[in-house]
Amino acid sequence: MNINKNKLSYYAQDFGALIALILLVFGISILSPEFRTFNNFLSLLRQSSINGLIAFGMTFVILTGAIDLSVGSVLALTTVLCASMITSGVPVGIAMILALLIGAGLGLVSGLLVTKGRLQPFIATLITMTVYRGLTMIFSNGKPISKLGNSAILKFVGKGNIFGIPIPVIILVVIFIIFFIVLNKTTFGRRVYATGSNWKSARLAGVNIRQTKTIAYIISGTMAALSGLILLSRLNSAQPTLGMGYELDAIAAVALGGTSMSGGRGKIFGTFIGVLIIAVLNNGLNIVGVSSYYQDVIKGLVILIAVLSDRKR
Amino acid sequence: MKIEMRGICKSFGQNQVLKDAGFSLQSGEVHALMGENGAGKSTLMKILTGVYTKDVGTILVDGKEVMYKNPQEAEKAGIVFIHQELNVVFDLTVEENLFLGKEITTYFGFCNNKAMREKSEQILAMLGVKIPTNMLMSELSIGQQQMIEICKALMVDAKAIIMDEPTAALSQSETKVLFEVIHNLRKRGVSIVYISHRMEEIFELCDRITVLRDGGYVGIKDIPKTNMNEIVKMMIGREIGERYPGREFNTGKEILKVEGLTKKGIFENINFTVHAGEVLGISGLMGAGRTEIMQAIFGNLSYEEGNIYIDNKKCTIKNPEQAIDLGIGYITEDRKSEGLMLEESIQKNITLTNLGSVSNKIGVINKSTEDDLIAKAIKELHIKCFGPQHECHNLSGGNQQKVVFAKWIYTNPKILILDEPTRGVDVGAKKEIYNIINELAQKGVAIIMVSSELTEVLGMSDRIMVVREGTIRGIITKEEANQEKIMTLATGGIIE
Repeated sequence: MNINKNKLSYYAQDFGALIALILLVFGISILSPEFRTFNNFLSLLRQSSINGLIAFGMTFVILTGAIDLSVGSVLALTTVLCASMITSGVPVGIAMILALLIGAGLGLVSGLLVTKGRLQPFIATLITMTVYRGLTMIFSNGKPISKLGNSAILKFVGKGNIFGIPIPVIILVVIFIIFFIVLNKTTFGRRVYATGSNWKSARLAGVNIRQTKTIAYIISGTMAALSGLILLSRLNSAQPTLGMGYELDAIAAVALGGTSMSGGRGKIFGTFIGVLIIAVLNNGLNIVGVSSYYQDVIKGLVILIAVLSDRKR
Repeated sequence: MKIEMRGICKSFGQNQVLKDAGFSLQSGEVHALMGENGAGKSTLMKILTGVYTKDVGTILVDGKEVMYKNPQEAEKAGIVFIHQELNVVFDLTVEENLFLGKEITTYFGFCNNKAMREKSEQILAMLGVKIPTNMLMSELSIGQQQMIEICKALMVDAKAIIMDEPTAALSQSETKVLFEVIHNLRKRGVSIVYISHRMEEIFELCDRITVLRDGGYVGIKDIPKTNMNEIVKMMIGREIGERYPGREFNTGKEILKVEGLTKKGIFENINFTVHAGEVLGISGLMGAGRTEIMQAIFGNLSYEEGNIYIDNKKCTIKNPEQAIDLGIGYITEDRKSEGLMLEESIQKNITLTNLGSVSNKIGVINKSTEDDLIAKAIKELHIKCFGPQHECHNLSGGNQQKVVFAKWIYTNPKILILDEPTRGVDVGAKKEIYNIINELAQKGVAIIMVSSELTEVLGMSDRIMVVREGTIRGIITKEEANQEKIMTLATGGIIE
């Protein structure tokens, strides 16, 4: 019962993943001169923005003690809808805003299934994941939507730069800062943690559990839609199969960051580190020339080691 | 079985929890082990049963020195520890629980259900309790579940059984059954170590008592040759004076009125009022519906009929948020699963009910306001901790309960509902909690206190409402009330 020891283990939660990240970056840097270039680091960060935004949203949901499997499908559906709006003449800016709102709405549906429908989060979002993917196929006829024209706004979101820094990276960092403040400095953040830590106690303390969870899902859906827009901009077309399996990378990043899967404990900073670890692995192993089959095995092992080292004794 | 523990020391890190503690158990005796929370009772027994290893000291069982490496070894030797948190699997039946991990199998390795059922029934009969062995554990009352735990101990042919606060969650009638079972066990030569905070029970049940204080041995007494005051003095090392501190009784205006509150099958036609500065005690047996009535008033349980008036205004309370907005606070009977986020800090726990007062309009928390609030709470309620970041699972029961009180006091409630406010709290901390209750009443808070401890209800309340099977059996004033009257009403009798 030593408070210093408690504090240390408290911070070790972040540092464990951070140390793993630093070791990985050093290790791959030694192996590959290509990896250790400034440009590669920038493109690595840009690549991580897709998974990063989804994982940030996922962090809220997991902190409340739930899970959101539907993010990949939300991404696909919003992207396809956005693309078809653009091709049918809706101004690009408006189509993008609508896509974000639709993402929020799709998250809301998952949230309501969990809170009002009293379905288990896993089942509820398994349902929405399946249905949203099906809707994506229906809307797109199973074919990619391209010919999105030459809109400057659309290009800017995925391909633009400010002072040489890619816009997706800037979006990622800005969202991180906002969410960091929300989780650590606001009453809503406290409610999120309380809901996941002990919902009975939180309810008796006057926390609206349902509302808190629902908002977490809305955040998650919105973030999935936002990363969909970045993808749309980069690919200049909307594939109906987009985002398959993205929920797993996001959950892995959250777990790597030391967030408890049963909720109540964890940090958005940890998620950020988790996202970077996955990005470094993807990028670095490619550059070093590890076959993609081995990449998955290595990724799994890294997650295992990170989670084991986080475990409280 | 004779057990002798001498000079036991144990430290966790820098924290020495046992220093030169000792204990001895004769065969066929019921031996009380008492001490404030944190005195080292559980640790000492966990060392005996191999949960922890001792740093120094000797343990003799029937004259031979032993050191069990794990609870299984202790069990094999005939020493069983029944923990406060029962160790049962709710989705299995009684017999499946009894034989879990030691199923009787047929020649081919299939379960021999018939043999297991017969053996289960035998053991249940031995204790003189009637529980169908094919019932699911989740369908049993807590008292019955506890009986199953005792049966499990008998299955391994236990010669010494350690019970940690066995009556904490039992009703009066269940307690009675438990005591009969313990008497039976004693007759069969089984020794019992009985850890409890309830003085009355210990004097009713036990032969001898050992008192621990601050991890050390204080003394051993024969129950017939001692009295409660002496034991309390041994436990805390000083006189605590009156168990229930006095309070000026000056009731103000009516704050809460409950009219015809009904939820069919749970409670019916509940009518009562509480005034400012008054403590309304609520007595009754476990399962009488007391907690449910309170939960309904707090909006955590729906009701079908009836009205609630606060300050003479009719209110609809659909959830705890609304109740809190109307000035109600609720301290739950289940501190660990409902009262606190155990893994979280004192600060996060106390702030949760006070989020509105430490944040601005858009919900950003003002750190210095929050820090001030927590510092004030820790100081005013004498919460023993390393600081605001101390996690609640590391606190003693009494200090945990003070954190729960702190959650509500600073919301400035008009009405404060206390459900078993001193359960699992040691004598010293109990008195501090009584003082807190009195201070609140003095400030004009209307207090409703549900309690299963008769002396507590009698000592603290201005009026006492007795509930039986979901209905009010009577409301009596402090002056007319005594233990007999309350028990008569609670068990269905009538006072002439």
